[in-house]
Amino acid sequence: MMALLWDLFSTFVPISLVTVGGGQATVAEIQRQVVDLHHWMTQAQFLNAFAITRMAPGPGSLLVTLIGWQVAGFWGALVATVAMFGPTTILLFTIAYFWRRQRGANWQLALEGGLRPVAAGMMAAAVYVLMGALEGGWLAQVIALVSTGLVLFTRVNALLLVLVGGVVLVLCQMAGLA
Amino acid sequence: MTMQSAALGAEKPTSWNLFLIFSRIGLTSFGGGLSGWLMREFVQTRRWMDEEEFLNGLAISQALPGVNVTNMSIWIGYHLAGTSGAAASLAGILLPPAVFAVLLSVLFALLSGYPLVHVWLAGAAAAAIGLSLSMAIIAVRRVRRRVLPLFLMVLVFVMVAVLRLPLVWVVAGVGPISIGLEYIRLRRSGRQA
Repeated sequence: MMALLWDLFSTFVPISLVTVGGGQATVAEIQRQVVDLHHWMTQAQFLNAFAITRMAPGPGSLLVTLIGWQVAGFWGALVATVAMFGPTTILLFTIAYFWRRQRGANWQLALEGGLRPVAAGMMAAAVYVLMGALEGGWLAQVIALVSTGLVLFTRVNALLLVLVGGVVLVLCQMAGLA
Repeated sequence: MTMQSAALGAEKPTSWNLFLIFSRIGLTSFGGGLSGWLMREFVQTRRWMDEEEFLNGLAISQALPGVNVTNMSIWIGYHLAGTSGAAASLAGILLPPAVFAVLLSVLFALLSGYPLVHVWLAGAAAAAIGLSLSMAIIAVRRVRRRVLPLFLMVLVFVMVAVLRLPLVWVVAGVGPISIGLEYIRLRRSGRQA
């Protein structure tokens, strides 16, 4: 049990420290670690957990809480959450102090501008990996694309979107489309 | 109303206040857009910070590693009520939604005997990927239209998605190069101006 908790901890601490551009960016890496490397979850279980964190409120990185829960129950959830959010909390604390003193300095602008392409590449990779894991064939892919369009061009409520996405796939299945 | 919020702005919140506010925002923020909610709450409604303070914190939260929203909660909490305020804000934005997510997953596990629940979850995941894809599109569009940044972006994508290299190596390798190039560019353009 302790070994398992340690595995969870040592898996998520490094990921936490390279989360640039928001938690979304690390989904591809979390999937690689959890499904491919450690075999803690199957592809389908991972995707379910992903869907649940998108339905639940709060930061999407609570995905690791669900992974921890699945792998080792309450303590797993706790350890995974602390590993994912702890290190950056300490880092932010330390740097916030210096940041306030040198507002608009070149190194700050360079950090922002320089991390932008890295974050964009990571987020695109997350989508690529998730698309590959998707079940439900071409119908599910169509749902994903339609939902992308709705998010980009309308002010549709995100929870509603996710709930309806599920209903659409169920209806299509019942109609014998998938 | 204006009078009331101005009066509220005079007194700073306690850590307990912050915990309650962040819990509420955490539990009602479905599907992102959290920064917008935070700004509305702390700048416009309660006037505990001004816009510039808030946007500065947002810049820090986005540039540093970590989840933007939790970074932002720590920053706001620290700003308004010191270390204990930061801890209370972080706990508020994380714990209640974490419990909620676990309960939801337990509920789905109980229902997993019904095949339709599985199909429904797959559909929900598909729609959720739409949220991710739209965020990725926005992030890609924010990258400068120059050969080097675009090349680095594609490089990161290939390394992470196709080659499946460990993310830590990718960020530790490409990150400093990208930041260094940006720094050189800023210094050059600064000299010209």
